[in-house]
Amino acid sequence: MATIAEEPRLGALTPLPARVADRIRETGDTWTLELEVEAGAAPVIAPGQFMMVYAFGIGEVPISVSGPPNRPGPVVLTVRDVGAVSGAICRSEPGAVLGLRGPFGNAWPVDEAAGGDVVVVAGGIGLAPLRPVVLRAIERRNDYGSVSLLYGARTPDDLLYPVEREAWRDEIAVEVTVDAAGGDWTGRVGVVPKLVDAAEFRPETTTAFVCGPEIMMHFTVEALLARGVPAERIMLSMERDMRCGVGLCGHCQLGPTLICRDGPVYSFADLAPWLEVREL
Amino acid sequence: MPGGLSAGGMGGVTSPTDSPTAEIETDTAVMLPAALERLVVSLRARGYRVLGPTVRDGAIVYDDLGSAAELPIGWTDHQDAGSYRLERRPDEARFGYAVGPHSWKRYLFPPRVHLWRASRDGGVSSVEEEPLDESPFAFVGVRPCELRAIEIQDRVFVGGRYVDRDYAARREGAFVVAVNCFEPAGTCFCTSMGTGPKARSGYDLALTELLDGEHRFLVEVGSERGAEVLAELTPRPAVAADVTAAAASVDSAAQRMGRTMDTRDVRDLLMSNLDHSRWNDVAERCLSCGNCTLACPTCFCSAVEDTTDLAGDAERWRVWDTCFSVDYSYIHGGSIRPSGASRYRQWMTHKLGTWFDQFGSSGCVGCGRCITWCPVGIDITEEVAAIRATQGEDNALA
Amino acid sequence: MRSLDDLLADVPLFEGLAPGRLSLLAGCAHNVHFEAGEQLFRKGDQADTFYVVRHGGVALETFVPAGGSIVIETLGAEEVVGWSWLFPPYRWHFDGRALDTVRATAFDAACLRRKCDDDPALGYELMGRFAQVVIDRLQSTRLRLLDIYGRGDDR
Repeated sequence: MATIAEEPRLGALTPLPARVADRIRETGDTWTLELEVEAGAAPVIAPGQFMMVYAFGIGEVPISVSGPPNRPGPVVLTVRDVGAVSGAICRSEPGAVLGLRGPFGNAWPVDEAAGGDVVVVAGGIGLAPLRPVVLRAIERRNDYGSVSLLYGARTPDDLLYPVEREAWRDEIAVEVTVDAAGGDWTGRVGVVPKLVDAAEFRPETTTAFVCGPEIMMHFTVEALLARGVPAERIMLSMERDMRCGVGLCGHCQLGPTLICRDGPVYSFADLAPWLEVREL
Repeated sequence: MPGGLSAGGMGGVTSPTDSPTAEIETDTAVMLPAALERLVVSLRARGYRVLGPTVRDGAIVYDDLGSAAELPIGWTDHQDAGSYRLERRPDEARFGYAVGPHSWKRYLFPPRVHLWRASRDGGVSSVEEEPLDESPFAFVGVRPCELRAIEIQDRVFVGGRYVDRDYAARREGAFVVAVNCFEPAGTCFCTSMGTGPKARSGYDLALTELLDGEHRFLVEVGSERGAEVLAELTPRPAVAADVTAAAASVDSAAQRMGRTMDTRDVRDLLMSNLDHSRWNDVAERCLSCGNCTLACPTCFCSAVEDTTDLAGDAERWRVWDTCFSVDYSYIHGGSIRPSGASRYRQWMTHKLGTWFDQFGSSGCVGCGRCITWCPVGIDITEEVAAIRATQGEDNALA
Repeated sequence: MRSLDDLLADVPLFEGLAPGRLSLLAGCAHNVHFEAGEQLFRKGDQADTFYVVRHGGVALETFVPAGGSIVIETLGAEEVVGWSWLFPPYRWHFDGRALDTVRATAFDAACLRRKCDDDPALGYELMGRFAQVVIDRLQSTRLRLLDIYGRGDDR
């Protein structure tokens, strides 16, 4: 699998220039960018992997890849403006050049979930790293039993990929909820974990893929366990402060694991003891 | 083979023969203190940048060594929790101390490294890496605990999937002259960590300073180039008495460690006591100053600084970082470890515990620097003992 | 067409209730139907009914001056709408509106309260189950109070 990090003339710590080819506004504070790497082969990215994205002179942040996985093509990133670096990335217009390193990290075990049911539970921007899972599951639809996407955001204006989600309904079950809404919203109002209770899947054969704020993942895991999904097949994508992305700077430690190197995808069974410790 | 030496193989002294004065046919020899000057000159002539211990500002630090006269001749150190001072020795020992505040990581993993420069040319950015440092290092005076520390950092920086090219370049070709300990300090506990007081491997030459009767050095050869350099110093063959004296010196040092740590199952002990009340206890003393992480020879955490200049170019620098800073664990929304207790716990449980999970060994070499250089005298050996004595006490972190 | 008893036996709220008790409850129940947009109840009204939704969605709303109607929560199939009937002063705390066509089982509160007065054990049983409903709603509300999708810098 070609990776920018293994580009022979540069080390894993030096970004490659990548030009913004397309820029779509998703919500009030979130954009999706498509980047073309200027030199060398387009990277092949497994679902769940992330890139270290550099905004010239400002800094670098880890961003999960949200585009179609396992094939060479432009690097697709859905980015939320939450600080100086992410803000600068969001404001990059087509033609602007950003720096990329990666892809780094391990992958969602989508292919390994074949033969069973799939439940994808996304909270807020957490849908971005899960979009490759949905795309892959749809691509190989016959490998799975029921496939459900359970998705929640703060308000209807914060929901990502609205057009695509409608198209997904042709292939998989899609249930959406928001935390708060005005009178013109005719959908659900309530928290994401509640969607788990009513979703149609057989817990014994289900693999769950969960991503969102850590508290949301916590309550979602509780709901999945209550339904009988085995802890080894509840997959989470974890986030911690990252500086290097390659296991050299120490920042992304969570107890015994380095999230950039051993994650960001983990089974709840592996992480459970560490998630219970405050400020670990 | 009278007066001869065979090169190759790593360290190790064979058993002395019956006669104390019979020549030993091993990778060993004896040299006099004056040979140290020839050592420095020989290394420099071979293109090495020679670094070694010297006295400055009341401490024994590592710096460029112009000559062997700059070594801390006749100095020793007195160390305890939060305390370090030098004292004159009655002899002219070159290496009659333990370790100072510096470690060799300041050269292999410098506090500030320029990584790359990026420029904007009519909208196109190009990124150039900093040319890697060319002159190889020669470290003179590396303690056995420090050899282990270098090995530990090797595992972090060049032993994983992604190699730190800067560290790898600095490390490659570094010439190592180890010195075995005969004067452990009050905060030393290398024997507890299995890292000393004798160097076993990882050196080109290893010296044991002998002060009984004639002031001399037993030299052990650890590599071919070590043998080549030694040959230029016109050593004389070692006899059994030299070997015996060296062994006795090492044994004596092993008996005089200032601290001990019971390391049995220490990883599991710490990881099953993450809510122990002791963490709150140490937090009341800890200033989160990070001195321990600066002094520790294995701490490797770094951050990056991204800067721009007036010409419109951008640079990235890698800088030392410490897990004791609140910023260290910041993600949008706040820090994961805002409390001092959680940050001390992170440092200690990583060093003695999760380092095993991440890198397959302990991160601690028992050098005692963290104890000596802590301004409030927190002692990692005491903290482990306290938790071991009262393990299972669960009080959630305040 | 299944009997009301059978239908009620499938409702999670009544899971594990003895068949005799289910019949008691069924005696106070009847099926209802609302069109999309129809108002089920308004805040302050007498809470003389609670509903178990069979099909469709009900929005719990509150009216905020200069803000209009804000949806607090939506409730769907097999969910309970209304616990105010069990606690004095028996008045609805929110507005309830049908989001789409709603079919539900409505329970007469006065009828049920009388049966609970006659059979305190039944009352205790129902009180426990409705307490759980309130707890779940509270947890859900608290989770939203945390504003987990927010930027965090305004917390």
